[in-house]
Amino acid sequence: MSVDQLENQNPNIYKSIEERPCTQKELDDSVVDEFDSREIFDLIRHINDPEHPLSLEQLHVVQEDLIRIDNGNNTVDIYFTPTIPHCSMATLIGLSIRVQLLRCLPARFKVKVEVTPGTHNAEQQVNKQLADKERVAAALENSHLIKVINQCIALRRSA
Amino acid sequence: MGKLELVQTLKKSPGRVWNLGWHPKGEVLASCGEDKSIRIWAKDITAKWTNKMLLTDGHKRTVRQVAWSPCGNYLASASFDATTCIWDKKSGEFECNATLEGHENEVKSVAWSKSGHLLATCSRDKSVWVWEVADDDEYDCAAVLNAHSQDVKKIVFHPEKDLLASASYDNTVKLFRDDPSEGDWICCGTLTGHDSTVWSISFDCSGSRLASCSDDNTVKIWKEYPPGNAEGVPTPDGDSTWKCVCTLAGYHTRTIYDISWCHLTGLIATACGDDAIRIFKEDQGCDQNAPTFSLVCTVERAHTQDVNCVSWNPVSKGLLASCSDDGDIKVWNFQE
Repeated sequence: MSVDQLENQNPNIYKSIEERPCTQKELDDSVVDEFDSREIFDLIRHINDPEHPLSLEQLHVVQEDLIRIDNGNNTVDIYFTPTIPHCSMATLIGLSIRVQLLRCLPARFKVKVEVTPGTHNAEQQVNKQLADKERVAAALENSHLIKVINQCIALRRSA
Repeated sequence: MGKLELVQTLKKSPGRVWNLGWHPKGEVLASCGEDKSIRIWAKDITAKWTNKMLLTDGHKRTVRQVAWSPCGNYLASASFDATTCIWDKKSGEFECNATLEGHENEVKSVAWSKSGHLLATCSRDKSVWVWEVADDDEYDCAAVLNAHSQDVKKIVFHPEKDLLASASYDNTVKLFRDDPSEGDWICCGTLTGHDSTVWSISFDCSGSRLASCSDDNTVKIWKEYPPGNAEGVPTPDGDSTWKCVCTLAGYHTRTIYDISWCHLTGLIATACGDDAIRIFKEDQGCDQNAPTFSLVCTVERAHTQDVNCVSWNPVSKGLLASCSDDGDIKVWNFQE
């Protein structure tokens, strides 16, 4: 998306982690392989930042150890960390994470996406909006917004 | 302890089903959801609920709620496309013969008054609109009420009087009535106590109590104290004061999306984001100023995803309908 003035002009950039090696056991269909936090992380780490040509992983917006998954109770809890405390893109980033997991995970999972405590000025407002499934549903019917979200989620070819 | 037994699962909807509305005679059920359509269900000759009609040409986006008029001849539908459609069967088939416009964005709820002369709608634009229903399919806007500071989720009319209740993302419930001296509608009460979005509200049969459910995982029971009440609850503006007399906490583990207070049995049903349906019953002989309710039934995994709506049949005792994000509509029978 086009922005005249970048909110955060010099974000810290971090190194991406290695791809997860594929073991023989994982290729065995007879082994029950439950979702783990690394798998969830792999689904969201390549999401693009709306402002920079960088991934959420590279900006440390998402981190593997801020993901909790409980297969038994079908819950996935994710904390994301905006690069600056007044980031106006926080809701959009959270929505992108939600949409990606909505599309990739089985419908039984209840996904909670929240701002890492203490990292955003309007933390409560952002969290409440992201937790309201009716408002999320309405937002996803907005053709302009869904286009922007799809751009964030789409894998960059150069990545 | 009671038992909620599944009578039938009605499938057919691709995507989330948001809401259900029983026809006042109790023999017809309307459903709506993400697929932008409205479905009309009734029993066939083998007593199975079947889809009789599909109304598709009214809305361009999600249909969030449906409501039958008290006479049963009209069906109103509220949609994310910012309009409310009024359907009738005058030509033999269901047709949309009036479209109410004016809200800036998503219409979240629609309700008819007992007399059928008033219709109310509410929206994410924070406003509640009251419409007067004239004889010839004319709907005139009688009031635009901007009392809420956020998204208004649900509105219901009092079962007898022209009193309107609304629930909002701003954590409050508000009450509205016509003020003859002003010639306008006014906000005559604000019910504060919930810590997060109030998703739904339901009056009991007398209309002197209201149940609310919230994103704070609690249900609250509010009681009306009219001017001159024996308990001595002050009524400063000459309007009734509504006080929270009971909070049901610790029963629900996620957001409670809907609540239905049965006018035949007095049972309260809740629809929860933890996939369960719960039934509560008021304890006999409890103090009316501090009533207690017991959980008499829980159906864990009533649906495979969030339960969005529960609705007691207005005629058949114990008959309950529910719908879910999983696309299913279920009809249940409750027995004590």
